[in-house]
Amino acid sequence: MEFEFSAEQQQLKDQVRRFLADRCDRDAVRAVLEGEQPFDRPLWKAMGELGYLGASIPEAYGGLGAGYLEACVIAEELGRAVAPVPFGSSIALAAEFLLMAGTEAQKQKYLPRVASGEAIGTLALVEGTGRVTPASIAASVVRAGEHHSLTGCKTAVADGDIADFAVVAARDASQVSASSPRISLFLVDLQQAGVKRSPLATIDPTRSHAQLDFDKAMAEPLGEPGAGMAIIEQVFDRAAILTAFEQLGGADRALEMARDYALERFAFGRPIGSLQAIKHMLADMYVSATLARSNCYYGAWALSTDAPELSTAAATARVSATQAYQHCSRNNIQVHGGMGFTWQFDCHLYYRRSNLLAVSLGPLSGWEDRLIKRLSEQRAA
Amino acid sequence: MNFSDTPQEAAFRAQAREWIAANAPHELREQLATAGLGQPVLRTGDVLQAGKAWQKRKQEGGWACLHWPTEFGGRGATPIERVIWQQEEGVFSKLSSPFGIGQGMCGPTLMAHAQERHKLRYLPPLASGEEVWCQLFSEPVAGSDLAGLRTRAVRDGDEWVINGQKIWTSGAHYSNFGILLTRTDSTVAKHDGLTMFFIDMKSPGVEIRPIKQVNGQSGFNEVFFTDLRVPDHQRLGDVGQGWKVSLTTLMNERLSIGAGMSTGFAELLDLCCTFETGEGLAIEDPAVRSKLATWAVRTSGLRYTGYRAISALSRGETPGPENSIGKLVAGQTLQEIAMFALDLQGQAGILMDPARVEASARFQAMLLRSPATRIEGGTDEILRNIIAERVLGLPADMRADRGMPFDKIPTRTSR
Repeated sequence: MEFEFSAEQQQLKDQVRRFLADRCDRDAVRAVLEGEQPFDRPLWKAMGELGYLGASIPEAYGGLGAGYLEACVIAEELGRAVAPVPFGSSIALAAEFLLMAGTEAQKQKYLPRVASGEAIGTLALVEGTGRVTPASIAASVVRAGEHHSLTGCKTAVADGDIADFAVVAARDASQVSASSPRISLFLVDLQQAGVKRSPLATIDPTRSHAQLDFDKAMAEPLGEPGAGMAIIEQVFDRAAILTAFEQLGGADRALEMARDYALERFAFGRPIGSLQAIKHMLADMYVSATLARSNCYYGAWALSTDAPELSTAAATARVSATQAYQHCSRNNIQVHGGMGFTWQFDCHLYYRRSNLLAVSLGPLSGWEDRLIKRLSEQRAA
Repeated sequence: MNFSDTPQEAAFRAQAREWIAANAPHELREQLATAGLGQPVLRTGDVLQAGKAWQKRKQEGGWACLHWPTEFGGRGATPIERVIWQQEEGVFSKLSSPFGIGQGMCGPTLMAHAQERHKLRYLPPLASGEEVWCQLFSEPVAGSDLAGLRTRAVRDGDEWVINGQKIWTSGAHYSNFGILLTRTDSTVAKHDGLTMFFIDMKSPGVEIRPIKQVNGQSGFNEVFFTDLRVPDHQRLGDVGQGWKVSLTTLMNERLSIGAGMSTGFAELLDLCCTFETGEGLAIEDPAVRSKLATWAVRTSGLRYTGYRAISALSRGETPGPENSIGKLVAGQTLQEIAMFALDLQGQAGILMDPARVEASARFQAMLLRSPATRIEGGTDEILRNIIAERVLGLPADMRADRGMPFDKIPTRTSR
């Protein structure tokens, strides 16, 4: 059995960690946190040059063609550093939408520039609070001769203000009945005249978000008409696993930070880490993070082998990593006491990011539901 | 990243599979597969006799105590081969539970500390299951704080005279021998005054009393020693070295990574997929699904943590510390699942008759057995301490009795 990353993948991980320690330090993250810039462009550019963005993109489309295991280790290190870059949008989502549903021409047009970092892609799906269903999507596309024209409004679009293009979910306006509209996907250039972008304040300023207002914007169909929700479900499985590694990196770092603090902070004549309440809290965090790591590995295996149980593995990794990151990040603050509640200490970076990633692919309840659906199907089989 | 055997592992697996197919007690498979927690109870006969028969057959075929040296009845197998055997043995491994302590803990202790002639006399019948061993460590005053034990051994010529009491001794009632940790010097610090022996459980001066458990079974016992005489050649290790010797024993307990502990999730999923709540199948209720998901990912997490450990063994390395989380997670989960299952069954979930409730009342049995899982083999609290100290590197607890002579250590609040 070799249920482990290879020595080369481990080397890549170490390399990425060193790179980020150098290029994505505290100051770099805080520059984005405090609104000096929407993301760290020089860091993103360097990542593109080093091939860190193209790992999971095939060589035929300008990527490294290394594989998903490499993408997973890169994602974990980005999560550990709370890197303020659009990896989750451009690589975990946009690139995957193109690979899954794009025509050869679309792949050739977009993927090489996504792999190099020159172009940033994102997904524009959500229009309000609550679960996404076909009925909750009002944005619509009308056909005008050869062209498709998109009108509508998307909110909480990750990297919406910095992306070059978006995969947009919209209903086919030729549908008369609104009860069960056909949802299709479209590629939309965000720099065109019919697109207005407004940055939005969120709980995690280290990842920029925007509202996108489309007014007869030109849109290019992506994938089968009407297959929007099905494509989203499949891509979300893949994105969930890559995101789970980001969450895992963050959870581990939060645990480490808490442990380190517990060793140096003295109270009642001894390090607070010698008090059982703290020890047991940290032990429980270790358990969460360990379970999450093992479940992420399951996801990595399923993704890299395109296993039939990919959907089960994706939901497992997502639920586990989400729980672990939220648990570790909030208790990291707890261990730090009052200091953990200061802007100056880094605890809140992880707390914010953990809660962003908890809902970035839809709420946990949806993933729990999917997991149990898959497990009951597997049981019946 | 894969789940494949190396060629050598595949060859070993094929050998094991072939032998098991030809020799295992297949007529017991169904009963073993549906057995609940703890030792199985067979409709068709005595589980201990069935266990001994299977153990003897394994030993004759060269498949007993795989990791032991061949001269003591083993096969000199590698850790990964042990794991492969356990996977192939499947449900039949439940028959080996009476031998777990003896073969897993007492045997290695004898190998490390007993005289040669004793190794040759005692290890082969331990491997074959002919003789069963128990572990006499815990006392009413010394469980988590094992070094606080009081059973006294006093030298008298070539013998030692032992008086005291042990508790929670699993299998004492059917054991032939046991390893016994005693106090030989109460004037020094508690860890320094201990000595280990092995004893014949049938000796005069040994009285065994079964303890009735919460779930009505009596798997363990109190063992009383009244002027028990043990020859000095049955001492394991030097006088005063008992704590060090016991660490050998306890360390072997932790090295077992087998099929992993059950969390009860698979059984609960079965129940939910078939149980009609009166408002539809339980599995269709979002509240049920949400809880199931948490237990599903814990169960999956344990399974894949086990695979990571097996991968390390396959590379000839020692598994990392992540494997220490198993019992902590499984114990909690079992108890939560049992309570949830009863809640699903509603008021009638209190019934114990297998004919009157779903899943042959296994969740009711799980409810009553699961408190023990969080206590035996290291309590949840001790396990958290171990993770915090040995894995995360946090400082040891402050001890009120560090360095104190044993006979000065307080054992109750002074009036």
